[in-house]
Amino acid sequence: MIKVKNLTKKYSNFEAVKSINFQINDGEILGFLGANGAGKSTTLKVMTGYLNPTHGNVYVNDMNIIDNTIEIQRLIGYLPELNPLYTDMMVYDLLKFTASMREIYGNDFLDALDRVVEQCTLQSVVHKKISECSKGYKQRIGLASAMIHDPKILILDEPVSGLDPNQIVEIRHLIKALGKEKIVIMSSHILQEIQATVDRIIIINEGSIVADGTPDKLVSGAQGNTKLELEISGAGVKDIRSMATEFDSLNILDVKRSGKVVKAIAEYDAKNDLRESIFSYAVNNKWILLKMNPISEDLEGIFRELTSSGTNE
Amino acid sequence: MSNIKNIFLREVRSYFNSPMAYIFLVIFVVVNSFFFTNIFFKVNQSDLRTLFNIIPLVYLFFIPAICMSLIAKEKSNGTMEVMNTLPITDLELIVGKFLSALFLIFIGLVFTAVQFFTLVQTGTDIDYGAIFAGYLGLLLLGAVYSSIGIFSSSISSDQIVAFIIGVFIVLVFYLMDKTILMFTPSFMASYVQYLSVDYHLTNISRGVIDSRNIIYFFSLISFFLFMTVRILESRKWK
Repeated sequence: MIKVKNLTKKYSNFEAVKSINFQINDGEILGFLGANGAGKSTTLKVMTGYLNPTHGNVYVNDMNIIDNTIEIQRLIGYLPELNPLYTDMMVYDLLKFTASMREIYGNDFLDALDRVVEQCTLQSVVHKKISECSKGYKQRIGLASAMIHDPKILILDEPVSGLDPNQIVEIRHLIKALGKEKIVIMSSHILQEIQATVDRIIIINEGSIVADGTPDKLVSGAQGNTKLELEISGAGVKDIRSMATEFDSLNILDVKRSGKVVKAIAEYDAKNDLRESIFSYAVNNKWILLKMNPISEDLEGIFRELTSSGTNE
Repeated sequence: MSNIKNIFLREVRSYFNSPMAYIFLVIFVVVNSFFFTNIFFKVNQSDLRTLFNIIPLVYLFFIPAICMSLIAKEKSNGTMEVMNTLPITDLELIVGKFLSALFLIFIGLVFTAVQFFTLVQTGTDIDYGAIFAGYLGLLLLGAVYSSIGIFSSSISSDQIVAFIIGVFIVLVFYLMDKTILMFTPSFMASYVQYLSVDYHLTNISRGVIDSRNIIYFFSLISFFLFMTVRILESRKWK
């Protein structure tokens, strides 16, 4: 279990992370989202022991990152954002070097090598120089290097950048499989990727956490109002507008005629579902309801809303 | 210790996987041999003083050159972030890198065995003790310059800047006994002279291995390695 308590990180006078708190349980995949400069990478760097917090601390089980840096680093596998690699080395040599730094030698290393080569599908490049590998392979080499010691905590900064769609799906399956028994923290700017992979999302903006929850909870929680797309035959534009006066919480955002059909976007309070009432109203007025489709807010919209309006919490 | 060994091996392989080590060794051997053979057969002395006078001059530029990439390159490539998140202390990292540079210098000195065997074949009444002490002095000098080189490399993420800073600091220590002493008030002269590497190297080259000289060299090495570690650690608190 990882606990981040009152974590603050200042660069001179600039406060990159402002007293954030969260907790990650074993077997949880956490997606870390934030715009550039939001403090996301700084938080990850503090969690890996690369930077020290200005205030607060990061706890892993009974240890903290300031006093037990090396012990915690033994538990962590880290893939930095730009995936820096020793490009003058062979893939095998890099993995052997990383394994030796994790005190894995001999047959243990060969077992670990087989495991990460298979997990990251590196079979065809093991004996190649890293500088000769494609970007996608380099990304997977970085991932293999981070996983060589089968870490309990895996921190991945943009793990799928540079990968093609097939590789993204493979890595997604891998992360999901790893997340069953490990803590996986991944950041990504590809919101659909995060939504498809993680159990929980933390959105950070201007150094503060602005949202924390499962993808579904965030999507539903962000929706104060539900929008409906309507297509009605047998009614006029004025009829639709007058319908809004019949229900307290109903707003007609847009309405226009398209041939014999009137198309409208309606909005109502999510707590008070008006779909049945609208249906009955249409029947009573002998309108034919051709379409009544809720428009769901996606994660991207929520992310934009939360990160463009500053700190909301 | 195993971490130091792993870093050391990685750095040595990195030297020999690139043209760096080969260029260093070839030029080191050619320059030393050229000046040695030019002078050795004229002075009619059965010692390696000629060689021991040339190598410190060659060191002035070669050691900052082989050390400039040790940390600066890792910083500019971003691999320092990976290294700093491995379970290894900054001291282990620095010592491993320092030893790799020293190893390359040691290999360079091994190649001067050609000059040594030339002396053995042509000379008479050879003072082997002085020769051994001379080599020890050169190795210690190489260690001091390597620690300065690695310190310079930690200051900047640009290898050229690291090289220039390295040459400057090395030159200050080298010239202390020669040029700087001339502009020093007389009451400070002995202190400045004591800080000069050349003064201590000359003492050792005479064949006298005095603990004061050894302590001087080890103090400088420790100081610059300590400063390098502090600079690396400072990233955490920026």
